[in-house]
Amino acid sequence: MPTDIQAPSIAYLPLLPILIVFGAATLGVLVEAFVPAHQRRLSQVVVAVAGLVASLGAVIYLAADGTSRLVAESALAIDGPALFLQGTLCVLGIGSILLLSERRLDRSGGVVVSQAANAPGSREDLRLAESSHVQTEVYPLAMFALGGMLLFPACNNLLLMFVALEVLSLPLYLMAGLARRRRLLSQEAALKYFLLGAFASAFFLYGVALLYGYAGSVDLGDILTATSQAGKSDGLLYLGVAMLGVGLLFKVGAVPFQAWTPDVYQGSPTPVTALMAACTKVAAFGALLRVFYVGFGTSQWDWRPMLWAVAILTMVVGAILAVTQTDVKRMLAYSSIAHTGFILVGVIAINKSGLSGTLFYLLTYGFTTIASFAVVGLVRDSAGEATHLAQWAGLGKRSPLVAGVFALLLFALAGIPLTSGFMAKFAVFKAATEGGATALVVVGVIASAVTAFFYARVVVLMFFQEPTVDGPTVAVPSAYTAVTIAVGVAFTVILGIVPQPVLDLAGKAATFIR
Amino acid sequence: MLQYYLPIIVLFVLAFGFAAFSVGAASFTGPKRYNRAKYDAYECGIEPAPQPMGGGRFPIKFYLTAMLFIVFDIEIIFLYPWAVAFGRLGVFGLVEMVLFIATVFVAYAYVWRRGGLEWD
Amino acid sequence: MTLLAEKVTYVPATGTLSALWLLLALPAAGAAILLLTGKRSEKWGPYLACAMTGLSFVLGVVFFFALKGLTNRSVDQHLFSWISVGRFQVPAGLLYDPLSATFVLLITGVGFLIHVYSLGYMDHDPRKKTFFAYLNLFIAAMLLLVLGNSFLALYVGWEGVGLASYLLIAFWYFKPEAATAAKKAFIANRVGDLGLSLAIMVMFAALGTTTYAGVFNSGVAGGTATAIGLLLLLGACGKSGQFPLQTWLPDAMEGPTPVSALIHAATMVTAGVYLIARSTPIFQASPDAQTVVTIIGAITLVIGCVIGCAYDDIKKVLAYSTVSQIGYMFLAVGIPGAGAIAILHLLTHGFFKACMFLSAGSVMHAMGDQVDMRRFGGLRKYMPITFGCFLTGYLAIIGLPPFAGFFSKDKIIEAAYDLHGTRGWILGTVALLGAGITAFYMTRLMVMTFLGEKRWTEGQHPHESPSVMTAPMVLLAIGSAVSGGLLVLGGALQNWLAPTLGPQVEVGAHTISPTVLTLLTLLVVAGGAAGAWFTYGTKPVLTTPPVAVTPLTVAARKNLYFDALNESLLMRPGQYLTRFLVWVDNRGIDGAVHALAAGIGGGSGRLRRTQTGFVRSYALSMFGGALLVVFALLAVRLGQ
Repeated sequence: MPTDIQAPSIAYLPLLPILIVFGAATLGVLVEAFVPAHQRRLSQVVVAVAGLVASLGAVIYLAADGTSRLVAESALAIDGPALFLQGTLCVLGIGSILLLSERRLDRSGGVVVSQAANAPGSREDLRLAESSHVQTEVYPLAMFALGGMLLFPACNNLLLMFVALEVLSLPLYLMAGLARRRRLLSQEAALKYFLLGAFASAFFLYGVALLYGYAGSVDLGDILTATSQAGKSDGLLYLGVAMLGVGLLFKVGAVPFQAWTPDVYQGSPTPVTALMAACTKVAAFGALLRVFYVGFGTSQWDWRPMLWAVAILTMVVGAILAVTQTDVKRMLAYSSIAHTGFILVGVIAINKSGLSGTLFYLLTYGFTTIASFAVVGLVRDSAGEATHLAQWAGLGKRSPLVAGVFALLLFALAGIPLTSGFMAKFAVFKAATEGGATALVVVGVIASAVTAFFYARVVVLMFFQEPTVDGPTVAVPSAYTAVTIAVGVAFTVILGIVPQPVLDLAGKAATFIR
Repeated sequence: MLQYYLPIIVLFVLAFGFAAFSVGAASFTGPKRYNRAKYDAYECGIEPAPQPMGGGRFPIKFYLTAMLFIVFDIEIIFLYPWAVAFGRLGVFGLVEMVLFIATVFVAYAYVWRRGGLEWD
Repeated sequence: MTLLAEKVTYVPATGTLSALWLLLALPAAGAAILLLTGKRSEKWGPYLACAMTGLSFVLGVVFFFALKGLTNRSVDQHLFSWISVGRFQVPAGLLYDPLSATFVLLITGVGFLIHVYSLGYMDHDPRKKTFFAYLNLFIAAMLLLVLGNSFLALYVGWEGVGLASYLLIAFWYFKPEAATAAKKAFIANRVGDLGLSLAIMVMFAALGTTTYAGVFNSGVAGGTATAIGLLLLLGACGKSGQFPLQTWLPDAMEGPTPVSALIHAATMVTAGVYLIARSTPIFQASPDAQTVVTIIGAITLVIGCVIGCAYDDIKKVLAYSTVSQIGYMFLAVGIPGAGAIAILHLLTHGFFKACMFLSAGSVMHAMGDQVDMRRFGGLRKYMPITFGCFLTGYLAIIGLPPFAGFFSKDKIIEAAYDLHGTRGWILGTVALLGAGITAFYMTRLMVMTFLGEKRWTEGQHPHESPSVMTAPMVLLAIGSAVSGGLLVLGGALQNWLAPTLGPQVEVGAHTISPTVLTLLTLLVVAGGAAGAWFTYGTKPVLTTPPVAVTPLTVAARKNLYFDALNESLLMRPGQYLTRFLVWVDNRGIDGAVHALAAGIGGGSGRLRRTQTGFVRSYALSMFGGALLVVFALLAVRLGQ
């Protein structure tokens, strides 16, 4: 005989940041439906930015409150790391939205295509490419993706985590195919991302199923309890961890699951690449941290060697492959792979300073990356963005400011002192040394040296070579891009010189609730 | 434990056996006289040839409509278990379902306003 | 043997003296402005440089009187914490005591006069502004050298003057000789600097501090004191052109004459004397090191005199005379209790040598940059002011009373004899003989340049230099005439310097009574001068140097073979070593680096081929990766 179903208790207040972003996304869909075409773009920007600002406000409110709690029947954990990453994501999300709103760079006034479904190169497609039609669905898509990202690191339940993964991924698959120029490359990127992403999701889901088989629950807390009980057959646990790991490592772009990264980063519209490189990485690392620190916190000796191998492979392959790249976006993609390796070093530390170092690294890396891709979007020729490295020769003579800013960002990515990149690398390497992973740190330092080579190569190219005759021009951006670059660069410099307040903040936030 | 599944297994065996027997018997006993029409793809209701508009492709409108149908259809199916258990889910269930329907309605409004339901 | 109070105490700077840093900042700012403003400061730049140095001099005078009014005349100004690593603290600060004050006045005073002189001398040079910028840079660095309150600060100034000297010797870098001379000066100085830097390292390692107060109060003694002392001496030899590092100084005369006067006669080359005087407590703790200082001084003073007799190039003669005079100072500064006499000679020398250099410059200016004395002669009539100035300087250097040199050189000879024992007799006699030879070559110079008949080359019309050049010369000439007397009047300088160098030692009994010694000295000097007169003044001077000469002259013309010695002993082996190291660098180190780079590049290219662009191979690689992850985890499990 069916009994009464107990209604779950849901505390809505701690969910406020997530709910606000999803609400703004839904509102964006309505704007799309009812607002006249000529007012749509501005309305979308306002809705999206306002939603993210409000969400950031909610995050700050919750963080000031300071209590960590499990909500919605412990499906979500609103704790220090979750709030820190949500705050980071809100700020980086605002930057991405601003980059998407840039209208001055492309001569037709918009970075995304107006009819993505048109066959590339068809008459209709060419006509639309030159028209001033804009497409504003990208804003709700971006907001849904950001909503999923806010949810992802807060999930304490693997099934919910899977839902979050899909919510953040599906819009990204679409957005990858929206480039206004080089349409074929963009569509190829979208399809590749979708196919491989679906493949990885399957691994993730399979892992969730196996872990359910092992622990009888998809709740991370229950899994932790199960792993600490003796006398259980742990075959399912190992397979489950492996499969779950594959899904998460795919999202952060770790070797050997990195193959999609360069193709997708190169093909996507640059603001979308910025969103993927900065925000997706932050969210996915948040989830990775929670799964391994909370769910498998006591079985660390089982999975640490696996992550060791992945981290070493990721650092080495990312750094080495970047050396021979000839395209700026691809080079940055491989650089992002190498950085994934460096962040993994912080994850492997498994201590409080490892967690806080990783959080700090994600923050600084997000700012530097978003500003770098914004600068890449500025250098254009008649065919759109000039991303071939040869075209960047002598940029320092033609446009010293932009080249100087890019050089600064590259130095930060290389981890040169007095930039945030140095402090971040220092934080994770120090934590790893404390955590007994000295060998990993040695590999990390060597890989950093290799990465410094190709960053320096771009700087040399920009400043010490003669410009090509028909080289690209540096477009003057509107305030949208300018603000994003300025904020990114400012954070890069400030966090390199006075990192202590943010390090303290990350240190305070670095406690997971179990 | 096994006895619960036994009828299902028997059912599977019977179904498989019937299908195998039918196909085998038909190929064994039936006359084999081929013509061109018999080699064509079998499609119900639509004249197989000539294909509409350019090289064997259907207009994307078919897919769009079909996809929208499936999306909304599945979401309506979600209402069904709720309706069955409505009494026991109480106010919480009602609120959640109103939220769900509102969200679906937002999508519907978008499709409708952006001309997704128009054929041309 | 302790002459100073056990502890050196410095009081913080207050009142007027708290603006001490301005002394340094003014010329430094001048140099920065001149170097950074490019062509814009072409017109007013040189005047600004003069004004900066002049202002520094005025400040120096003001501070001098402020210091005079204090009871504890050692003022320390803390500027900022320079290096702060654990236990190792280096505060950047200034020390203003009688010794520094004396040097500040010398540097800014003579420096200002030479700035003014350069306005005329460099008038036609297209890079006049740069020249003044370097001069200001030199003044700033030199002031830092004498004002720093630690050996490390001194080292910064030390290197700064080295740089300025290098830039100024090579100012006419298009002349190969100038470029070579600059390099030679730089390298010889490096050898000395190595000594100084090693001394500082020893201080840090053994005493844990490099400030004067810290080092002098540490009670350093024994082997450490000797080691530090000898290393400091090596540094001093490099900068001051002392044996065995003296060969760079005469070559440095390739620079413009004001540079020769300012840097390579009056100020920078005396930095070595300053260093040893400043380090008096260290040398007091090590009599061995003191003895070495006196020996170095004695050797150098003879070498300088002897070579000075053989050269026909007026500037080279003056240069070797400088080497020899600094030898006197070293001799004096090595004698316990005679430090003040060394400084006295340093000051008087600063006046008369600068005066003579400027006069020589004036002669060269008039003779179209001719420096061969055999092509001068009879210039007395044509350049009366220059002649007068040079004559004053000449009388001062040979030590005729009451000119400045008499008071200082006489005292040095006396102090050397007073050392008692064999050491005293040898050093004293060397110093006495040196005075005679000095009189010989200086008289030779005077005779060949100003007296006798004209031996000019075609088309030369010597004329007196403009007043902007003669005025500084006259001022310096007045200094050469009277400074010696004024400074010893009532033991003025001796008492003034007592806080740094210790009070005058009263020697119980003089080896030779001062009156006798003075007469003896004058006799020797007169002998030298007469010898020169009879050799060069009574018969015509050849326009080309004679070939059939004594072996000593041949050797002296070749700098007593010191260049050849350096070449075979240091340069050749050095070159072979360099070639070997280049080979190792090219083959070994570069090879490894290139191989590494090529390896990474090759690996990258090979790995790149795995990035096929086909989604199927990506999916396959992911699947393989998943298998690897599973195997890795299972391997760990099985391994447990």
